[in-house]
Amino acid sequence: MHEMSLCEGVVQLIEEQAKTQGFTKVSTVWLEIGALAGVETEAMHFSFTAVARGTVVDSAKLEVIDVAGMANCPACSQCIPVSARFDVCSECGHYPLDIIAGEEMRIKELEVQ
Amino acid sequence: MCTTCGCGEGETTIDGHSHDHSHMHHHHAGHGHGAIAATHAPGMSKSRILRIEQDILSKNNEYAAANRNHFSRHGMLVLNLVSSPGSGKTTLLTRTLTQLKDELPQAVIEGDQQTVLDAERIRATGVEAIQINTGKGCHLDAHMVGHALENLNAADEGILFIENVGNLVCPAAFDLGEAHKVVILSVTEGEDKPLKYPDMFYAADLMLLNKTDLLPHLTFDVEKCIEFARRVKPGIKVLQVSAISGEGMDAWYEWLRASRQSVLSSLSEAVAGA
Repeated sequence: MHEMSLCEGVVQLIEEQAKTQGFTKVSTVWLEIGALAGVETEAMHFSFTAVARGTVVDSAKLEVIDVAGMANCPACSQCIPVSARFDVCSECGHYPLDIIAGEEMRIKELEVQ
Repeated sequence: MCTTCGCGEGETTIDGHSHDHSHMHHHHAGHGHGAIAATHAPGMSKSRILRIEQDILSKNNEYAAANRNHFSRHGMLVLNLVSSPGSGKTTLLTRTLTQLKDELPQAVIEGDQQTVLDAERIRATGVEAIQINTGKGCHLDAHMVGHALENLNAADEGILFIENVGNLVCPAAFDLGEAHKVVILSVTEGEDKPLKYPDMFYAADLMLLNKTDLLPHLTFDVEKCIEFARRVKPGIKVLQVSAISGEGMDAWYEWLRASRQSVLSSLSEAVAGA
């Protein structure tokens, strides 16, 4: 359940942004979470509500944008979707693949007041 | 709450950590700045959209970078030991500390949710140990380790072992500033663990396959386990050891000596270049 720590990180970063960007309330937080990032979206929602209490993101809506896993195959040069780190190339069976998307854990945008 | 940096540590406790000291890590360094990506029409709403694009782990990574800097200035080889609970991590560690204690400086940071039992086992070997209790936390983070370092000097030009909370999931994402993550897997677990918990094996540079003295009593397929680990992390080094019988431990000690030597070489190069 490291989602609680991740949410603490999110709130900390947003509170710093609140100081530098001059906002006092956040109504929506958009996060990008990759399919290979090892993060449970449900747990993020649960933790976020708990961690946000009493901060600038109190009662803000959390929107999680899922980023699909993608990889390049070094053998056949195809770009293919992957659901796990150890997936083999769906075209030629080669592994390991070079992951190019799906590891994201990022605060993308905020709607602020 | 820390009176120096204002950090709230929640349920985390670090023994010997009184918070009356300076921090080596800076708390407010280099954050990205979101630019205004769009503004709603004036008069319609006061809300605006800020494009942030910040890595959620950026805070932890700043602390980890500060720790790494500290380790390198002090010539410390730092290893983050990760495993499931019950893999034999502490037994492996106490045997290692006992074996190497007359040869090089060593210290231990122990992470557990509760109790100081492991730190006591470590101290019984004569090696300095600091216990971090994470409360409900399931992993150590770089900030906790930064605080623990303030009370730790014994590992200068030696080895600092950080024994993470027993958990094959959460500690994978948190860089502590270590040189290597070392994952310990015991043969009493399933050989498919690397596929079930790929993030941890991907993050590790060395896998210690522990409790090999029990292999005659088990159906554990060593070759298959190594193949699974290398499917997740090609090139991961694997050593088969038994912390109880001592079998295979010499190769581990050699790996430690060689890794420490490379840290010391970088330190003397840095001194020569200064």
